[in-house]
Amino acid sequence: MNIFVLLKLVPDTVEELEIAGDGKSLEAEVLRFKQSDPDEHAVEQAILLKEKCSSKVTVVALESPEVDDALFTALAKGADRAVKLTGNLINAQSFAAAQMLANFLKPEGASLPADTLILLRGQSIDDLEGEIGPFLAELLGLPYVCVVTSVVPEGGSVTVMKEFAGGLRGEFAVPMPAVIGIQSAEKPPRYVPFAKIKAIQKTAKIETVDVTPPDSLTRFGVERMYKPEAVGRAQMLEGASEEVADKLVEVLAKNSLI
Amino acid sequence: MANTILILAEQLRGSLSDITFEMLGEGRKLANALGVPLYAALLGSEAASLAAKLGAADKVFVVDNASLNMAPANTTAAALKAVMDQAQAGLVLIGGTNVSMGVGAVLSAKANLPFVNYCRAIRADGGAVVLTSQLFGGKILTDVKLTDGKGIVSVYPGAFQADAGKSDKTPAIEKVEVSVEAPKVTFKKYIEPETGDVDITKQNVLIAVGRGIQDKGNVELAEELAATLGGAVCASRPVIDQGWLPLSRQVGKSGMTVKPRLYLALGISGAPEHWEGMQGSQCIVAVNTDPKAPIFDGAHYGIVGDALEFIPLLTDKVKARKG
Repeated sequence: MNIFVLLKLVPDTVEELEIAGDGKSLEAEVLRFKQSDPDEHAVEQAILLKEKCSSKVTVVALESPEVDDALFTALAKGADRAVKLTGNLINAQSFAAAQMLANFLKPEGASLPADTLILLRGQSIDDLEGEIGPFLAELLGLPYVCVVTSVVPEGGSVTVMKEFAGGLRGEFAVPMPAVIGIQSAEKPPRYVPFAKIKAIQKTAKIETVDVTPPDSLTRFGVERMYKPEAVGRAQMLEGASEEVADKLVEVLAKNSLI
Repeated sequence: MANTILILAEQLRGSLSDITFEMLGEGRKLANALGVPLYAALLGSEAASLAAKLGAADKVFVVDNASLNMAPANTTAAALKAVMDQAQAGLVLIGGTNVSMGVGAVLSAKANLPFVNYCRAIRADGGAVVLTSQLFGGKILTDVKLTDGKGIVSVYPGAFQADAGKSDKTPAIEKVEVSVEAPKVTFKKYIEPETGDVDITKQNVLIAVGRGIQDKGNVELAEELAATLGGAVCASRPVIDQGWLPLSRQVGKSGMTVKPRLYLALGISGAPEHWEGMQGSQCIVAVNTDPKAPIFDGAHYGIVGDALEFIPLLTDKVKARKG
Protein backbone atom coordinates (compact mmCIF):
# COMPACT_ATOMS: atom_id res chain seq x y z
CA MET A 1 0.00 0.00 0.00
CA ASN A 2 0.93 3.56 -0.54
CA ILE A 3 0.20 5.20 2.80
CA PHE A 4 0.29 8.92 3.51
CA VAL A 5 0.01 10.30 7.04
CA LEU A 6 -0.70 13.99 7.46
CA LEU A 7 0.82 15.62 10.52
CA LYS A 8 0.27 18.93 12.23
CA LEU A 9 1.56 20.25 15.53
CA VAL A 10 -0.89 21.79 17.97
CA PRO A 11 -0.27 24.04 20.97
CA ASP A 12 0.30 22.05 24.14
CA THR A 13 -2.76 22.84 26.24
CA VAL A 14 -0.98 21.81 29.44
CA GLU A 15 0.89 25.11 29.05
CA GLU A 16 -0.67 28.47 29.75
CA LEU A 17 -2.39 29.91 26.67
CA GLU A 18 -2.42 33.69 26.34
CA ILE A 19 -4.61 35.81 24.09
CA ALA A 20 -2.60 38.08 21.78
CA GLY A 21 -2.99 41.86 21.72
CA ASP A 22 -5.36 41.71 18.74
CA GLY A 23 -7.85 39.78 20.88
CA LYS A 24 -8.37 37.34 18.03
CA SER A 25 -5.48 34.91 18.27
CA LEU A 26 -3.13 33.24 20.71
CA GLU A 27 0.09 34.91 21.79
CA ALA A 28 2.52 33.01 19.57
CA GLU A 29 5.60 33.67 21.66
CA VAL A 30 4.49 31.65 24.65
CA LEU A 31 3.13 28.70 22.68
CA ARG A 32 4.77 25.32 22.98
CA PHE A 33 3.86 22.86 20.28
CA LYS A 34 3.35 19.14 20.42
CA GLN A 35 2.10 16.40 18.19
CA SER A 36 -1.58 15.79 18.78
CA ASP A 37 -2.62 12.40 20.14
CA PRO A 38 -4.64 11.43 17.05
CA ASP A 39 -1.63 12.25 14.83
CA GLU A 40 0.58 9.95 16.87
CA HIS A 41 -2.03 7.25 16.51
CA ALA A 42 -2.27 7.83 12.75
CA VAL A 43 1.51 7.35 12.45
CA GLU A 44 1.30 4.20 14.58
CA GLN A 45 -1.54 2.78 12.48
CA ALA A 46 0.49 3.41 9.32
CA ILE A 47 3.55 1.64 10.73
CA LEU A 48 1.40 -1.28 11.91
CA LEU A 49 -0.01 -1.61 8.38
CA LYS A 50 3.50 -1.47 6.95
CA GLU A 51 4.53 -4.29 9.26
CA LYS A 52 1.55 -6.40 8.19
CA CYS A 53 1.73 -5.89 4.45
CA SER A 54 4.52 -4.28 2.52
CA SER A 55 3.73 -0.60 2.30
CA LYS A 56 5.46 2.67 1.77
CA VAL A 57 4.70 5.23 4.47
CA THR A 58 5.09 8.92 3.67
CA VAL A 59 4.55 11.53 6.38
CA VAL A 60 3.51 14.96 5.14
CA ALA A 61 3.21 18.26 7.00
CA LEU A 62 2.68 21.89 6.18
CA GLU A 63 5.61 24.04 7.25
CA SER A 64 5.26 25.24 10.85
CA PRO A 65 7.49 25.79 13.88
CA GLU A 66 9.08 22.59 15.21
CA VAL A 67 7.36 20.39 12.63
CA ASP A 68 10.71 18.90 11.52
CA ASP A 69 10.95 17.14 14.89
CA ALA A 70 7.63 15.41 14.31
CA LEU A 71 8.66 14.35 10.80
CA PHE A 72 12.01 12.96 12.00
CA THR A 73 10.25 11.16 14.85
CA ALA A 74 7.94 9.48 12.34
CA LEU A 75 10.97 8.44 10.26
CA ALA A 76 12.61 7.03 13.38
CA LYS A 77 9.46 5.01 14.02
CA GLY A 78 9.60 3.47 10.56
CA ALA A 79 8.15 5.89 8.02
CA ASP A 80 9.97 5.75 4.68
CA ARG A 81 9.70 9.32 3.50
CA ALA A 82 9.02 12.74 5.02
CA VAL A 83 7.76 15.72 3.06
CA LYS A 84 7.32 19.31 4.20
CA LEU A 85 5.16 21.62 2.14
CA THR A 86 6.60 25.12 2.28
CA GLY A 87 5.31 28.57 1.41
CA ASN A 88 3.59 31.21 3.44
CA LEU A 89 1.20 28.77 5.02
CA ILE A 90 0.99 29.68 8.68
CA ASN A 91 -2.60 30.28 9.80
CA ALA A 92 -4.09 28.10 7.08
CA GLN A 93 -7.46 26.81 8.23
CA SER A 94 -8.44 23.22 7.47
CA PHE A 95 -10.02 23.90 4.08
CA ALA A 96 -6.99 25.81 2.78
CA ALA A 97 -4.65 23.16 4.18
CA ALA A 98 -6.72 20.46 2.47
CA GLN A 99 -6.47 22.33 -0.84
CA MET A 100 -2.66 22.41 -0.62
CA LEU A 101 -2.42 18.79 0.49
CA ALA A 102 -4.78 17.71 -2.30
CA ASN A 103 -2.59 19.48 -4.86
CA PHE A 104 0.48 17.73 -3.47
CA LEU A 105 -1.13 14.30 -3.32
CA LYS A 106 -2.75 14.56 -6.73
CA PRO A 107 -1.25 17.25 -8.93
CA GLU A 108 -3.47 18.40 -11.75
CA GLY A 109 -3.73 15.77 -14.45
CA ALA A 110 -2.27 13.03 -12.25
CA SER A 111 -4.20 10.25 -10.58
CA LEU A 112 -3.77 8.61 -7.22
CA PRO A 113 -2.50 5.01 -7.24
CA ALA A 114 -5.35 2.58 -6.48
CA ASP A 115 -3.65 1.36 -3.30
CA THR A 116 -3.39 4.81 -1.71
CA LEU A 117 -4.53 5.22 1.87
CA ILE A 118 -4.43 8.64 3.53
CA LEU A 119 -4.49 8.52 7.34
CA LEU A 120 -4.96 11.59 9.49
CA ARG A 121 -6.49 12.93 12.69
CA GLY A 122 -10.27 13.14 12.74
CA GLN A 123 -10.35 16.55 14.41
CA SER A 124 -7.92 19.28 15.35
CA ILE A 125 -8.30 21.24 18.59
CA ASP A 126 -6.64 24.39 17.25
CA ASP A 127 -8.77 25.19 14.21
CA LEU A 128 -12.36 26.39 14.01
CA GLU A 129 -12.98 24.30 10.91
CA GLY A 130 -11.31 21.51 12.80
CA GLU A 131 -11.62 18.71 10.25
CA ILE A 132 -9.24 18.35 7.36
CA GLY A 133 -10.17 14.79 6.35
CA PRO A 134 -13.62 15.40 4.90
CA PHE A 135 -12.37 18.45 2.97
CA LEU A 136 -9.48 16.47 1.54
CA ALA A 137 -11.76 13.55 0.63
CA GLU A 138 -14.20 15.92 -1.08
CA LEU A 139 -11.43 17.65 -3.05
CA LEU A 140 -9.90 14.33 -4.12
CA GLY A 141 -13.26 12.64 -4.71
CA LEU A 142 -12.40 9.85 -2.25
CA PRO A 143 -14.44 8.03 0.40
CA TYR A 144 -13.94 9.11 4.01
CA VAL A 145 -14.64 7.47 7.35
CA CYS A 146 -13.58 8.96 10.68
CA VAL A 147 -13.34 8.10 14.39
CA VAL A 148 -11.60 4.91 13.27
CA THR A 149 -9.80 2.59 15.68
CA SER A 150 -8.65 -0.21 13.39
CA VAL A 151 -7.76 -0.61 9.72
CA VAL A 152 -7.51 -4.06 8.12
CA PRO A 153 -6.56 -4.39 4.44
CA GLU A 154 -8.62 -6.79 2.34
CA GLY A 155 -7.74 -6.77 -1.36
CA GLY A 156 -8.46 -3.36 -2.79
CA SER A 157 -10.35 -2.26 0.30
CA VAL A 158 -9.80 -1.71 3.97
CA THR A 159 -12.19 -2.77 6.70
CA VAL A 160 -12.33 -0.10 9.35
CA MET A 161 -13.92 0.08 12.78
CA LYS A 162 -15.64 3.34 13.62
CA GLU A 163 -16.70 4.40 17.11
CA PHE A 164 -20.17 5.78 17.69
CA ALA A 165 -21.02 6.34 21.37
CA GLY A 166 -21.52 4.33 24.53
CA GLY A 167 -19.00 1.77 23.38
CA LEU A 168 -21.01 0.95 20.22
CA ARG A 169 -18.88 0.58 17.11
CA GLY A 170 -19.51 -0.19 13.47
CA GLU A 171 -17.55 -1.99 10.78
CA PHE A 172 -17.30 -0.44 7.33
CA ALA A 173 -15.69 -1.59 4.08
CA VAL A 174 -13.90 1.26 2.33
CA PRO A 175 -12.51 0.88 -1.20
CA MET A 176 -9.07 2.43 -1.80
CA PRO A 177 -7.93 5.05 -2.50
CA ALA A 178 -9.49 6.46 0.64
CA VAL A 179 -9.09 8.99 3.43
CA ILE A 180 -9.40 7.64 6.99
CA GLY A 181 -9.71 9.77 10.13
CA ILE A 182 -7.90 7.90 12.89
CA GLN A 183 -9.08 8.16 16.48
CA SER A 184 -6.66 5.63 17.87
CA ALA A 185 -4.39 2.95 16.47
CA GLU A 186 -4.80 -0.74 17.22
CA LYS A 187 -1.86 -0.49 19.63
CA PRO A 188 -0.53 2.41 21.73
CA PRO A 189 1.90 4.62 19.78
CA ARG A 190 5.37 3.16 20.06
CA TYR A 191 8.09 4.90 21.98
CA VAL A 192 11.19 5.88 20.08
CA PRO A 193 14.36 6.81 21.99
CA PHE A 194 15.68 10.32 21.51
CA ALA A 195 19.04 8.90 20.38
CA LYS A 196 17.33 7.15 17.47
CA ILE A 197 15.66 10.39 16.39
CA LYS A 198 19.02 12.18 16.63
CA ALA A 199 20.61 9.46 14.51
CA ILE A 200 17.95 9.66 11.82
CA GLN A 201 18.36 13.43 11.66
CA LYS A 202 21.92 12.82 10.52
CA THR A 203 21.11 10.24 7.86
CA ALA A 204 17.63 11.05 6.57
CA LYS A 205 16.37 14.14 4.80
CA ILE A 206 13.06 15.90 4.84
CA GLU A 207 11.99 16.68 1.28
CA THR A 208 10.61 20.16 0.86
CA VAL A 209 8.01 20.97 -1.74
CA ASP A 210 7.11 24.57 -2.37
CA VAL A 211 3.36 24.97 -2.76
CA THR A 212 1.26 27.84 -3.98
CA PRO A 213 -1.18 28.80 -1.25
CA PRO A 214 -4.84 29.11 -2.28
CA ASP A 215 -6.31 32.59 -2.73
CA SER A 216 -7.37 32.63 0.88
CA LEU A 217 -5.97 30.72 3.84
CA THR A 218 -9.15 31.28 5.84
CA ARG A 219 -12.80 31.31 4.88
CA PHE A 220 -13.96 33.45 7.78
CA GLY A 221 -12.49 35.58 10.50
CA VAL A 222 -12.61 35.39 14.27
CA GLU A 223 -14.44 38.25 15.93
CA ARG A 224 -13.02 37.65 19.39
CA MET A 225 -10.93 35.06 21.24
CA TYR A 226 -11.10 34.83 25.02
CA LYS A 227 -10.82 32.55 28.01
CA PRO A 228 -14.04 31.05 29.33
CA GLU A 229 -15.34 32.47 32.56
CA ALA A 230 -15.68 29.70 35.08
CA VAL A 231 -19.37 29.39 35.74
CA GLY A 232 -19.24 26.99 38.62
CA ARG A 233 -15.70 27.00 39.90
CA ALA A 234 -15.02 24.07 42.20
CA GLN A 235 -14.75 24.64 45.94
CA MET A 236 -11.02 24.15 46.38
CA LEU A 237 -9.78 22.07 49.30
CA GLU A 238 -6.48 23.58 50.35
CA GLY A 239 -3.67 22.90 52.78
CA ALA A 240 -1.00 20.26 53.31
CA SER A 241 -1.70 16.83 51.79
CA GLU A 242 -2.87 15.29 55.08
CA GLU A 243 -5.18 18.20 55.76
CA VAL A 244 -6.64 18.10 52.25
CA ALA A 245 -7.28 14.35 52.53
CA ASP A 246 -9.05 14.93 55.87
CA LYS A 247 -11.18 17.66 54.31
CA LEU A 248 -12.16 15.38 51.45
CA VAL A 249 -13.08 12.58 53.83
CA GLU A 250 -15.38 15.05 55.59
CA VAL A 251 -16.96 15.99 52.26
CA LEU A 252 -17.51 12.32 51.41
CA ALA A 253 -19.00 11.67 54.84
CA LYS A 254 -21.25 14.72 54.60
CA ASN A 255 -22.55 13.41 51.27
CA SER A 256 -23.12 9.95 52.79
CA LEU A 257 -20.50 8.49 50.48
CA ILE A 258 -18.62 6.79 53.28
CA MET B 1 -33.89 34.53 -0.92
CA ALA B 2 -35.19 33.43 2.42
CA ASN B 3 -32.63 32.37 4.96
CA THR B 4 -34.21 29.54 6.89
CA ILE B 5 -32.54 27.42 9.53
CA LEU B 6 -32.15 23.70 8.87
CA ILE B 7 -31.20 21.00 11.35
CA LEU B 8 -29.88 17.57 10.42
CA ALA B 9 -31.88 15.24 12.66
CA GLU B 10 -29.43 12.60 13.80
CA GLN B 11 -30.46 9.01 14.37
CA LEU B 12 -28.74 5.81 15.30
CA ARG B 13 -30.36 2.37 15.23
CA GLY B 14 -33.81 3.77 14.62
CA SER B 15 -33.77 6.30 17.47
CA LEU B 16 -33.29 10.04 17.36
CA SER B 17 -30.16 11.12 19.23
CA ASP B 18 -30.21 13.70 22.05
CA ILE B 19 -28.20 16.10 19.91
CA THR B 20 -31.20 16.33 17.55
CA PHE B 21 -33.36 17.80 20.31
CA GLU B 22 -30.52 19.95 21.65
CA MET B 23 -30.22 21.56 18.19
CA LEU B 24 -34.01 21.84 17.78
CA GLY B 25 -34.35 23.69 21.09
CA GLU B 26 -31.57 26.14 20.36
CA GLY B 27 -32.56 26.42 16.68
CA ARG B 28 -36.11 27.30 17.73
CA LYS B 29 -34.87 30.18 19.89
CA LEU B 30 -32.62 31.45 17.11
CA ALA B 31 -35.35 31.14 14.45
CA ASN B 32 -37.75 33.12 16.64
CA ALA B 33 -35.12 35.81 17.24
CA LEU B 34 -34.38 36.09 13.52
CA GLY B 35 -38.03 35.74 12.48
CA VAL B 36 -37.35 32.82 10.13
CA PRO B 37 -38.73 29.27 9.99
CA LEU B 38 -36.94 26.30 11.54
CA TYR B 39 -36.76 23.14 9.48
CA ALA B 40 -35.39 19.67 10.12
CA ALA B 41 -34.00 17.15 7.63
CA LEU B 42 -34.47 13.43 8.26
CA LEU B 43 -32.64 11.03 5.99
CA GLY B 44 -32.86 7.27 5.47
CA SER B 45 -35.48 4.56 5.28
CA GLU B 46 -36.63 5.05 8.88
CA ALA B 47 -37.02 8.78 8.46
CA ALA B 48 -40.78 8.85 7.89
CA SER B 49 -41.56 7.04 11.16
CA LEU B 50 -39.43 9.44 13.22
CA ALA B 51 -40.58 12.72 11.67
CA ALA B 52 -43.57 13.19 14.00
CA LYS B 53 -41.21 13.54 16.98
CA LEU B 54 -39.68 16.71 15.58
CA GLY B 55 -42.55 19.02 16.47
CA ALA B 56 -40.23 21.84 17.53
CA ALA B 57 -39.54 22.33 13.81
CA ASP B 58 -42.01 24.12 11.54
CA LYS B 59 -41.47 21.52 8.87
CA VAL B 60 -39.59 18.25 8.46
CA PHE B 61 -38.06 17.41 5.09
CA VAL B 62 -37.95 13.65 4.72
CA VAL B 63 -35.66 11.86 2.28
CA ASP B 64 -36.80 8.24 2.43
CA ASN B 65 -33.93 6.43 0.78
CA ALA B 66 -32.18 3.30 2.03
CA SER B 67 -28.86 4.42 0.52
CA LEU B 68 -28.74 7.05 3.26
CA ASN B 69 -28.82 4.48 6.09
CA MET B 70 -25.43 4.53 7.83
CA ALA B 71 -24.15 6.47 4.84
CA PRO B 72 -20.69 8.06 4.78
CA ALA B 73 -20.30 11.81 5.21
CA ASN B 74 -20.12 12.69 1.52
CA THR B 75 -23.33 10.79 0.67
CA THR B 76 -25.20 12.33 3.60
CA ALA B 77 -23.87 15.78 2.73
CA ALA B 78 -24.98 15.46 -0.91
CA ALA B 79 -28.54 14.61 0.14
CA LEU B 80 -28.51 17.34 2.78
CA LYS B 81 -27.40 19.88 0.16
CA ALA B 82 -30.49 19.00 -1.90
CA VAL B 83 -32.71 19.52 1.16
CA MET B 84 -30.88 22.74 1.96
CA ASP B 85 -31.70 24.08 -1.50
CA GLN B 86 -35.31 22.93 -1.25
CA ALA B 87 -35.68 24.55 2.20
CA GLN B 88 -33.83 27.71 1.13
CA ALA B 89 -31.71 27.28 4.22
CA GLY B 90 -28.87 29.66 5.00
CA LEU B 91 -27.81 28.21 8.33
CA VAL B 92 -27.46 24.46 8.85
CA LEU B 93 -26.88 22.89 12.28
CA ILE B 94 -25.27 19.44 12.45
CA GLY B 95 -24.33 17.41 15.52
CA GLY B 96 -20.67 17.40 16.49
CA THR B 97 -20.98 13.71 17.27
CA ASN B 98 -19.07 10.66 16.07
CA VAL B 99 -22.13 9.74 13.99
CA SER B 100 -22.34 13.02 12.06
CA MET B 101 -18.68 14.05 12.07
CA GLY B 102 -17.50 14.96 8.58
CA VAL B 103 -20.94 15.84 7.17
CA GLY B 104 -20.68 19.55 7.97
CA ALA B 105 -17.26 20.02 6.41
CA VAL B 106 -18.31 18.31 3.17
CA LEU B 107 -21.57 20.26 3.06
CA SER B 108 -19.71 23.53 3.54
CA ALA B 109 -17.45 22.67 0.60
CA LYS B 110 -20.45 21.80 -1.56
CA ALA B 111 -22.42 24.91 -0.52
CA ASN B 112 -19.36 27.17 -0.47
CA LEU B 113 -20.24 28.46 2.98
CA PRO B 114 -18.13 28.83 6.13
CA PHE B 115 -17.90 25.78 8.38
CA VAL B 116 -17.69 26.51 12.10
CA ASN B 117 -16.96 23.58 14.39
CA TYR B 118 -17.18 23.02 18.19
CA CYS B 119 -20.09 25.47 18.64
CA ARG B 120 -21.39 25.90 22.20
CA ALA B 121 -23.57 29.02 21.91
CA ILE B 122 -25.53 30.73 19.15
CA ARG B 123 -27.19 34.12 19.16
CA ALA B 124 -28.80 36.51 16.73
CA ASP B 125 -27.21 39.92 16.34
CA GLY B 126 -29.51 41.91 14.08
CA GLY B 127 -29.61 39.81 10.93
CA ALA B 128 -26.25 38.30 11.73
CA VAL B 129 -25.53 35.15 13.71
CA VAL B 130 -22.77 35.01 16.32
CA LEU B 131 -21.35 31.57 17.10
CA THR B 132 -19.26 30.81 20.17
CA SER B 133 -16.96 27.81 19.79
CA GLN B 134 -14.46 26.17 22.08
CA LEU B 135 -10.91 25.46 21.02
CA PHE B 136 -7.82 23.95 22.66
CA GLY B 137 -9.70 21.38 24.71
CA GLY B 138 -12.13 23.94 26.10
CA LYS B 139 -9.44 26.34 27.34
CA ILE B 140 -10.29 29.06 24.82
CA LEU B 141 -13.54 30.40 23.38
CA THR B 142 -13.94 32.19 20.06
CA ASP B 143 -16.75 34.23 18.60
CA VAL B 144 -17.37 34.12 14.86
CA LYS B 145 -19.91 36.43 13.27
CA LEU B 146 -21.76 35.24 10.18
CA THR B 147 -22.80 38.66 8.93
CA ASP B 148 -25.30 37.31 6.40
CA GLY B 149 -26.40 34.58 8.83
CA LYS B 150 -25.22 31.86 6.45
CA GLY B 151 -22.99 28.97 7.39
CA ILE B 152 -22.68 25.34 8.38
CA VAL B 153 -22.32 24.78 12.11
CA SER B 154 -21.22 21.70 14.01
CA VAL B 155 -22.85 21.82 17.46
CA TYR B 156 -21.02 20.46 20.47
CA PRO B 157 -23.03 17.67 22.15
CA GLY B 158 -24.34 18.62 25.57
CA ALA B 159 -24.01 22.37 24.95
CA PHE B 160 -27.80 22.83 24.94
CA GLN B 161 -30.71 21.24 26.78
CA ALA B 162 -32.40 18.40 24.87
CA ASP B 163 -35.71 18.97 26.67
CA ALA B 164 -36.02 22.40 25.05
CA GLY B 165 -36.29 20.70 21.65
CA LYS B 166 -39.04 18.26 22.57
CA SER B 167 -42.56 19.22 21.54
CA ASP B 168 -46.01 17.63 21.33
CA LYS B 169 -46.84 19.60 18.20
CA THR B 170 -47.16 17.81 14.91
CA PRO B 171 -44.77 19.24 12.34
CA ALA B 172 -45.60 19.63 8.66
CA ILE B 173 -43.85 16.92 6.68
CA GLU B 174 -42.57 17.28 3.13
CA LYS B 175 -41.10 14.37 1.24
CA VAL B 176 -38.13 15.23 -0.92
CA GLU B 177 -36.99 13.05 -3.80
CA VAL B 178 -33.23 13.11 -4.05
CA SER B 179 -31.19 11.01 -6.41
CA VAL B 180 -28.54 9.49 -4.19
CA GLU B 181 -25.40 8.04 -5.70
CA ALA B 182 -24.69 4.63 -4.16
CA PRO B 183 -22.09 5.22 -1.45
CA LYS B 184 -18.64 3.73 -1.98
CA VAL B 185 -18.36 2.93 1.71
CA THR B 186 -20.39 -0.08 2.87
CA PHE B 187 -21.68 -0.53 6.40
CA LYS B 188 -21.12 -4.15 7.39
CA LYS B 189 -22.21 -4.58 10.99
CA TYR B 190 -22.46 -3.13 14.46
CA ILE B 191 -20.02 -4.23 17.10
CA GLU B 192 -21.81 -4.21 20.42
CA PRO B 193 -20.19 -2.54 23.44
CA GLU B 194 -17.73 -4.80 25.19
CA THR B 195 -19.24 -6.20 28.30
CA GLY B 196 -16.50 -6.01 30.85
CA ASP B 197 -16.34 -7.44 34.32
CA VAL B 198 -17.86 -4.23 35.66
CA ASP B 199 -20.66 -2.07 34.28
CA ILE B 200 -19.42 1.42 35.09
CA THR B 201 -22.80 2.95 34.26
CA LYS B 202 -24.31 1.18 37.27
CA GLN B 203 -21.76 2.22 39.92
CA ASN B 204 -22.48 4.66 42.74
CA VAL B 205 -18.81 5.52 43.09
CA LEU B 206 -16.36 5.88 40.23
CA ILE B 207 -12.66 6.50 40.60
CA ALA B 208 -11.65 7.92 37.24
CA VAL B 209 -8.02 7.96 36.16
CA GLY B 210 -6.47 10.06 33.42
CA ARG B 211 -3.11 10.74 31.86
CA GLY B 212 -1.86 11.93 35.27
CA ILE B 213 -1.82 8.33 36.47
CA GLN B 214 1.39 8.05 34.39
CA ASP B 215 1.82 4.30 34.41
CA LYS B 216 -0.20 1.09 34.13
CA GLY B 217 1.11 -0.07 37.50
CA ASN B 218 -0.49 2.92 39.19
CA VAL B 219 -3.98 1.81 38.18
CA GLU B 220 -3.75 -0.60 41.14
CA LEU B 221 -3.66 2.36 43.53
CA ALA B 222 -6.95 3.55 42.09
CA GLU B 223 -8.37 0.00 42.28
CA GLU B 224 -7.61 -0.10 45.99
CA LEU B 225 -9.27 3.26 46.59
CA ALA B 226 -12.29 2.10 44.57
CA ALA B 227 -12.52 -1.09 46.61
CA THR B 228 -12.33 0.93 49.82
CA LEU B 229 -15.10 3.28 48.71
CA GLY B 230 -17.21 0.50 47.22
CA GLY B 231 -16.92 1.54 43.59
CA ALA B 232 -15.04 0.83 40.38
CA VAL B 233 -12.27 2.37 38.32
CA CYS B 234 -12.96 4.04 35.00
CA ALA B 235 -10.75 6.16 32.75
CA SER B 236 -10.41 8.88 30.17
CA ARG B 237 -9.40 8.13 26.59
CA PRO B 238 -5.59 8.35 26.88
CA VAL B 239 -5.56 5.62 29.55
CA ILE B 240 -7.71 3.31 27.41
CA ASP B 241 -5.59 4.02 24.31
CA GLN B 242 -2.51 2.99 26.28
CA GLY B 243 -4.19 -0.33 26.99
CA TRP B 244 -4.05 0.20 30.76
CA LEU B 245 -7.77 -0.46 31.17
CA PRO B 246 -10.30 -2.17 28.85
CA LEU B 247 -12.63 -0.25 26.53
CA SER B 248 -15.58 -1.07 28.79
CA ARG B 249 -14.12 1.34 31.37
CA GLN B 250 -13.95 4.38 29.06
CA VAL B 251 -15.95 7.48 29.98
CA GLY B 252 -16.59 10.19 27.39
CA LYS B 253 -17.65 10.92 23.84
CA SER B 254 -16.98 7.47 22.39
CA GLY B 255 -17.30 5.64 25.67
CA MET B 256 -19.87 5.45 28.40
CA THR B 257 -22.03 8.18 29.89
CA VAL B 258 -22.03 7.82 33.66
CA LYS B 259 -23.94 9.53 36.46
CA PRO B 260 -22.58 8.11 39.73
CA ARG B 261 -23.12 9.68 43.15
CA LEU B 262 -19.38 10.29 43.38
CA TYR B 263 -17.02 10.86 40.45
CA LEU B 264 -13.46 11.22 41.68
CA ALA B 265 -11.36 12.43 38.72
CA LEU B 266 -7.67 11.77 39.27
CA GLY B 267 -5.18 13.34 36.86
CA ILE B 268 -7.91 14.16 34.35
CA SER B 269 -7.69 17.59 32.75
CA GLY B 270 -11.37 17.69 31.82
CA ALA B 271 -11.26 17.89 28.03
CA PRO B 272 -14.73 18.47 26.57
CA GLU B 273 -14.79 14.92 25.16
CA HIS B 274 -14.44 13.53 28.67
CA TRP B 275 -16.79 16.04 30.26
CA GLU B 276 -19.50 14.91 27.83
CA GLY B 277 -19.59 11.51 29.51
CA MET B 278 -19.60 12.43 33.22
CA GLN B 279 -21.16 15.87 33.60
CA GLY B 280 -24.32 14.38 35.10
CA SER B 281 -22.46 12.97 38.13
CA GLN B 282 -23.94 14.08 41.46
CA CYS B 283 -20.67 14.97 43.18
CA ILE B 284 -17.53 15.57 41.13
CA VAL B 285 -14.19 15.79 42.93
CA ALA B 286 -11.10 16.57 40.84
CA VAL B 287 -7.43 16.16 41.71
CA ASN B 288 -4.99 17.68 39.24
CA THR B 289 -1.54 19.27 39.34
CA ASP B 290 -2.61 22.06 36.97
CA PRO B 291 -4.64 24.66 38.94
CA LYS B 292 -6.05 25.91 35.63
CA ALA B 293 -7.22 22.50 34.38
CA PRO B 294 -10.75 22.85 32.91
CA ILE B 295 -11.97 20.04 35.20
CA PHE B 296 -11.97 22.53 38.10
CA ASP B 297 -14.49 24.71 36.28
CA GLY B 298 -17.13 22.04 36.47
CA ALA B 299 -16.19 19.95 39.49
CA HIS B 300 -17.88 20.51 42.84
CA TYR B 301 -14.67 20.10 44.82
CA GLY B 302 -11.10 20.57 43.61
CA ILE B 303 -7.67 19.66 44.90
CA VAL B 304 -4.48 20.94 43.31
CA GLY B 305 -1.90 18.22 43.72
CA ASP B 306 -0.36 15.05 42.41
CA ALA B 307 -3.02 12.37 42.14
CA LEU B 308 -0.41 9.64 42.61
CA GLU B 309 0.59 10.96 46.00
CA PHE B 310 -2.96 11.70 46.99
CA ILE B 311 -4.58 8.34 46.20
CA PRO B 312 -2.85 6.18 48.87
CA LEU B 313 -3.26 8.94 51.43
CA LEU B 314 -6.99 9.16 50.78
CA THR B 315 -7.32 5.36 50.78
CA ASP B 316 -5.76 5.22 54.26
CA LYS B 317 -7.93 8.06 55.56
CA VAL B 318 -11.12 6.45 54.23
CA LYS B 319 -10.13 3.10 55.76
CA ALA B 320 -9.44 4.80 59.10
CA ARG B 321 -12.77 6.61 58.98
CA LYS B 322 -14.65 3.42 58.22
CA GLY B 323 -12.80 1.69 61.04
